[in-house]
Amino acid sequence: MSQTSHTPTAGGDYPRPSGAVQGPQRRLRLAAYPSLLAMPALLLLIAAMGYPLLTVTLRSFSDPAWGLQNYVWFFSTPVNVTVLWRTFSIAAWVTIVCVIAAYPYAYLMTAVGPRLRLVLILCVLVPFWVSGVVRTLAWVILLQDSGIINSVIRLLGFDGVKLIRTQTGVVIGMAQVLLPFMILPLYSVMRGIDLRLVQAARSLGARPARAFLQIYLPLSLPGVFAGAIIVFILSLGFYITPALLGGPRSTMLSTLVQSQVLSLLNWGRGGAMGVVLLVATFVLLALAAPLMRQRHKQAARS
Amino acid sequence: MRLAPFRILLGLFCLLVAVWLVMPTLVIIPMSFNEKKSLAFPPSGFSWQWYANFFTNPDWLSSFFNSLRVAGLVAVAATLIGTLASLGLSRMKHSGAGLLRAILITPMIVPGVVLAIGIYAVYLDYQLVGTTTGFVIAHTMLAIPFVIIAVSASLEVFDVRLETAAASLGANRFTTFRTVTMPLIAPGILSGLLFAFVTSFDEIIVALFITSPYLKTLPVQIFTSITRDADPTVTAVGTIIFIATTLIISAGLIISSKSTRS
Amino acid sequence: MTARERGAAIDIKGATKRYGNFTALDDVSLHIEPGEFMTLLGPSGSGKTTTLNVVAGFTDLTAGDLAVGGKSIVALPAHKRNIGVVFQHYALFPHMTVGKNVAYPLTLRGMDKQARDRLVVRALDMVKMADFAHRYPSELSGGQQQRVALARAIVFDPPLLLMDEPLGALDKKLREWLQLEIKRIHRELGTTFVYVTHDQEEALVLSDRIAVFNQGRIEQVGTGRQLYDEPTTLFVAKFIGESTSLRGEAQASGDQTSLTIAGQKIVAYGKLAGGRKPVVLLRPEKLSLAGTNTPPAAGQNSLTGEVSEAIYLGSGSKYQVTLRDGSVAIVRSSLEATPFSIGDTVDLRWSVVDAKLLADDDRADMTMT
Repeated sequence: MSQTSHTPTAGGDYPRPSGAVQGPQRRLRLAAYPSLLAMPALLLLIAAMGYPLLTVTLRSFSDPAWGLQNYVWFFSTPVNVTVLWRTFSIAAWVTIVCVIAAYPYAYLMTAVGPRLRLVLILCVLVPFWVSGVVRTLAWVILLQDSGIINSVIRLLGFDGVKLIRTQTGVVIGMAQVLLPFMILPLYSVMRGIDLRLVQAARSLGARPARAFLQIYLPLSLPGVFAGAIIVFILSLGFYITPALLGGPRSTMLSTLVQSQVLSLLNWGRGGAMGVVLLVATFVLLALAAPLMRQRHKQAARS
Repeated sequence: MRLAPFRILLGLFCLLVAVWLVMPTLVIIPMSFNEKKSLAFPPSGFSWQWYANFFTNPDWLSSFFNSLRVAGLVAVAATLIGTLASLGLSRMKHSGAGLLRAILITPMIVPGVVLAIGIYAVYLDYQLVGTTTGFVIAHTMLAIPFVIIAVSASLEVFDVRLETAAASLGANRFTTFRTVTMPLIAPGILSGLLFAFVTSFDEIIVALFITSPYLKTLPVQIFTSITRDADPTVTAVGTIIFIATTLIISAGLIISSKSTRS
Repeated sequence: MTARERGAAIDIKGATKRYGNFTALDDVSLHIEPGEFMTLLGPSGSGKTTTLNVVAGFTDLTAGDLAVGGKSIVALPAHKRNIGVVFQHYALFPHMTVGKNVAYPLTLRGMDKQARDRLVVRALDMVKMADFAHRYPSELSGGQQQRVALARAIVFDPPLLLMDEPLGALDKKLREWLQLEIKRIHRELGTTFVYVTHDQEEALVLSDRIAVFNQGRIEQVGTGRQLYDEPTTLFVAKFIGESTSLRGEAQASGDQTSLTIAGQKIVAYGKLAGGRKPVVLLRPEKLSLAGTNTPPAAGQNSLTGEVSEAIYLGSGSKYQVTLRDGSVAIVRSSLEATPFSIGDTVDLRWSVVDAKLLADDDRADMTMT
């Protein structure tokens, strides 16, 4: 009898009913090894993600010859460093825009009645209803020199603004795509905040702004962190939106990877760029992990 | 009364955000009836020609059916594999469960292009570029995290003790799953299925790499037509997808509100 | 009780269950007669629910054997044991109506619809829920849900019904009424019932016999009266009913043991082997109070103390008397007895034959709350 599948419980009178139906000792049962059920998924993941990523990593060190030359090339070429820096900077801008837009929006979602809340939630979900590529095309229509935004600006008597093929345009488009990923976690945290705490602060003499800054804002920060991390990480890997909305001066790392591999057939250099992007993503995630844990602690308290 | 201006400001700001969110979806609709072959706004005249083009042009139709076929297969495969994994994860009690869950969800955060060149490299070796099998494998891997998240959410509120009760009444493991567990986590499985379908139907980055002239999916066709010749047929396709999604979601909402009421 | 032969006998032999280093069941043996109402009573963590789970097949034994109706069922998985189980948390399937829930075990057994419907109606009638067959569990109160769960557990006519604190989640009034219902159903069915509870009153109301569990072992098995009047361990004495235990310097002579408590000497019949420390155990109704000026009658023990609490109960009075060694005695007196007030110095008296001599056991103290 393998005892490993049983967890000792302190109040032994109530052993966990998990995998409740356990047969006698002799028969091997699936219930005793629930991880087996996850094996098909894990195998597929290894075959379709692990193996390809390993291939990319290997080629970055071995193509055309073994060594670090692809990485040396990457970091010693000014254009690459500029693009790497720009990728981070665009991701940061997108994150900032998302936080600024999402915070009041998520707050309003918690403050209004159920009907208006449904409308607000629908507005967040509608972008998902249309194909991502089509949405990017819509941004082309909106942002182009003869587009709606410029028409409105001109109608108001100002000069037109160059939006398409600029970094501003890319940020506007990306932020719209990623905004739901900011609003939803923020909303779920804000919904859990006990508004009586703010009332309590008010009753103790805090003015509205002070009550907000000292009570509400700190309690909502875990949601801000969670959303910001997701948005930032997803921004780093964006490809379609910058490719369609951006110009040569708003190229992001993904586009560079794509052109190295598909246009120049340089697997080593493309791979090295991919590995840099991959490592950046996971380092960020590892750095963010403590903030995520904080979130759970705080959520439990509120 | 000092709060009033603040509230108005908040309302206006959120209205602006809402417009920003919805606008790109809605602007597609009028553009799809444009008479001219142009993406300039506002559209001029009225015509169905772009819809007609979509339904008659073999490029568009075949890519649409390719996408339907791939997404359908992916939805089934990912739901099956993902549901199994969720069940296993929910029954694992030791600390390995958290790690395994984190690993299974990584496809969501790995940068698309990195994954795409990796898959492209492997597929070149195994002659999977431009094959349905290739698309289904890659998209299933990408869709599994969504299924796991949806099904796990259902399993979280599922009372495992009901399975014990079913056993005491004479149901074996399989019958218990079929008659008790399955019906109760069906909403999660169903939304997992839907997510998986959409993930595949909408996937573009990996598709751009592993596509071939013989097997294009709809997003690839859309992308190439945008970059090549600004073909307004894209807006007609977008409108069709938008209306179809709206219908499916409304139907889903009506069905689910009916079943919760009973 | 003509239907008794429908119940099955149960034999648990040397049942042991270990989780790593923790022993949940330690060599438990118990025989239950066909048709008997046996209650497993004990504090949480004592092993009573583990025993039930072992019988139901939800938990494997580490060692030991288990037979129902003379046949060992250790090798059978839960779904092949044909044992009815009623859970504390009802465990009704939320996606099935009451009727579907009750029909579920019959469907599994491949019964045709007509026979099924007849049995479902009969079972629901028995628990007085026949009018609710088309409702969903979420539309029922806790008491109603538990009655449906009971119907579902008996509808397939199992020779043995297990109940795990089925009334634990209900309020007191409902619980008392359902206790009588369960008793009636037991009489009508003649099935063997095994009932788990931590509530000694419930155990006394329901059971033919009670097995008292403590720390993974059975302390004593007997009728309620046996456990109350003739407890064999201090744990049982303290777990069932109220009691006063007296400790002092002990001296055995002949078939008697004498105890000296704060300078006063009392005697009790009996003698403990092996030099274990004795405790004298007294039930509240066996004790009486008297003024210190009246002499004790022949064959009576007497200890002096002070009334520290006096409670009027309507049918009589209840006193707490603090003795000179600091221990507290609980006394229940009839209305005719002379009343005393807090602060009175009194003599605590009892007949020597009414005292019970037991071995001292520090495990017994942690159980009472």
